[in-house]
Amino acid sequence: MKISDLTELALRNLRESVLRNSLTTIGISVGVASLVAMLSLGTGLQQLFSRRLAKSGLFDTVLVSSRRELRGMGREEERKGPTPGESRLLDETARQEMERLPNVSEAFPDIRFVTELRYEDKPHLTMISALPQSARSNDAFDGMQGRFFSSDTEAGVILQKSFAEELLGKTPPLGAAEPNIAELAKPLLGKELTMRYAQRQAASVSQSSANEPASTDNGNSGAAYSVVSREQKLRIVGISDLDPESMRGPMRAKVFLPLRLAESLHVMQPTDLREISRASPGQPVYSSVSVRVKNPAQVQGVEDAIKKMGFTTFSILDASNSLRQVFKVLYAFLGIFGSLALTVASIGIVNTLVMAILERRREIGIMKAIGASDGDVKKLFFAEAGAMGILGGIVGVALGWAIGQVINFGINIYLKSQSVPPEHFWAVPLWLVVFSIIFAFLVSLVSGLYPAARAAKLDPVQALRYE
Amino acid sequence: MTTAPAVYAARGTIEIRSENLCRHYRMGETLIRAVDGVSLEVPAGEFVALLGSSGSGKSSVLNLIAGLDRPTSGSVIVQDRDLAKLSREELAKYRLHVVGMVFQSFNLIPSMTLAENVELPLRFAEVDRSQRQNLSREALERVGLRARMNHRPSELSGGEQQRAALARALINRPHLLLADEPTGNLDSHTGTEIMEMVREFNRELGMTVVMVTHERALAERYAQRMIFLADGKLIDDRQNNDRPNSPAAVDVRAHGGQS
Repeated sequence: MKISDLTELALRNLRESVLRNSLTTIGISVGVASLVAMLSLGTGLQQLFSRRLAKSGLFDTVLVSSRRELRGMGREEERKGPTPGESRLLDETARQEMERLPNVSEAFPDIRFVTELRYEDKPHLTMISALPQSARSNDAFDGMQGRFFSSDTEAGVILQKSFAEELLGKTPPLGAAEPNIAELAKPLLGKELTMRYAQRQAASVSQSSANEPASTDNGNSGAAYSVVSREQKLRIVGISDLDPESMRGPMRAKVFLPLRLAESLHVMQPTDLREISRASPGQPVYSSVSVRVKNPAQVQGVEDAIKKMGFTTFSILDASNSLRQVFKVLYAFLGIFGSLALTVASIGIVNTLVMAILERRREIGIMKAIGASDGDVKKLFFAEAGAMGILGGIVGVALGWAIGQVINFGINIYLKSQSVPPEHFWAVPLWLVVFSIIFAFLVSLVSGLYPAARAAKLDPVQALRYE
Repeated sequence: MTTAPAVYAARGTIEIRSENLCRHYRMGETLIRAVDGVSLEVPAGEFVALLGSSGSGKSSVLNLIAGLDRPTSGSVIVQDRDLAKLSREELAKYRLHVVGMVFQSFNLIPSMTLAENVELPLRFAEVDRSQRQNLSREALERVGLRARMNHRPSELSGGEQQRAALARALINRPHLLLADEPTGNLDSHTGTEIMEMVREFNRELGMTVVMVTHERALAERYAQRMIFLADGKLIDDRQNNDRPNSPAAVDVRAHGGQS
């Protein structure tokens, strides 16, 4: 029989016992809906996390630190690495070497220090870090209040939202609604802060020993220096909602300075004391360097190259790899639970079709008597199963999508009440739509296997005798 | 276009030949010999009645000729096809193209209109829709049901249903019309009407007709030959020369077998 005839006859037969077949189809729809709901929850969550990670702006960044800088993470490769004494110094030469690596767009020192900021004569102790101009494109500064630094030497600061809250004394108690960022920005933008910090000054020539004559140039000499207390006025130019340093954990800063400005301040760094004996004269030494890679896909290669140079690296890739593993498992679980309902529905198809065989026994006998082959009868039952599968699949996808929308809507109402911006936990990508309908079709065909074979094998003489 | 068979077996060639045909089956402990060594030959174009009481095996013989059932032993050969040796697929093709069947209980599919019922075999034969509709309209016209083609069987009288079944049996232009008690559910008037049609198909279209009946009078009136069965065995086989308008008078070939 032709496909068009099969479809026509199958649909006609489905209409003949419309209640039973509708119920079976609804069963499939519910199965497909649960599958779609589960998988779109998985997809939605994955996309949400990916978005969050991308917003951290660190997908293309490799953090480099000297091997002796054990960060207490206890990572395997760090322990296996050379002993601290053998490791390489993370100095300006090394930074320039990294910048010359293929696929690297820039390598900038990570200037990071804890110091005191005074606002309206109240001191606030905080972690400060320096940002290069390229950080302007960091998604964390999307939707910030105010603006990014206009130049690399501007005497300005960008505050992270939580520090702005602290300055205004508006830190909300845990779990309470957070204040709106625009309200925070209004009284703060354009105001001045005073930063008090410890400046490292090169020891004067007279104080240095005679056999180190060249260590006087810019105060960065590792040989010997003095520490002077300084103050710097900074204007608040921007307040960012998101945290650009989410991957740094407890080391993350809440106040940001332009990179060149920070460098020119020669703030005393924690590494300075340690490196004092090793640094070559005239070379700044960094506690860590951020290396920006041109394309997130090249992070791995750059990381490997830097490791070969003798440094410890960390990138979000490591974190996202394990996250991807977690999502694969989550996906499998959600898929299995989603399929469970579809399995039950497929038993419904078998049941419906077996019933249909009993009911239409005589009809099958007639069709065979007037020339239908086993194959024709088989295909007809297959077509009926398949039609129920496709119909159920389409309705199910729509149903699953609707369920997702409702739940997403509900969660976002809750989030709104908590002053958290709305999110999409639900994503029904096109592949899921297509996959679900095809899957429902295949499952129903498999369910049709037994009934179709049974119908095809009916003995026409007996089938015709049946009333 | 006509509903006449495209190809005729030449009159006088053997259409159906069975040799020592047996169909036995078990029912619990007992072996039932529904057909037990029937040998017969039916020439093309002949109108044969299979007579016997119920359980005599006449329907079983018909089912074997129709390819609905397979012999336990012996052979049944239709137009040089040994039905016992055909695959299930080939048997279906044989039923589709060579055989037209009508039954006592009409066996129309209740959910389909007359037109759909009549064109159903054409679907199995993968005939195009437009051609299918033409053919089914023509066939219904032939049995006088053109006006009722969009009715369902339940809306029709028994006689009309049987006429529709005849139209369906004709649609693939088979050589062989097999009728299993075609008037069994009809009153004598409509029964006669149906039998007249069967005779018309036999004479004008040259179809070989094998009709199962237990009504001897019906057989005597329409059949050229009467075969009597009892307990699965052939007990009598005789020409019926004293029927009205004996076929000897009508030479189908001379009329070209057209409709």
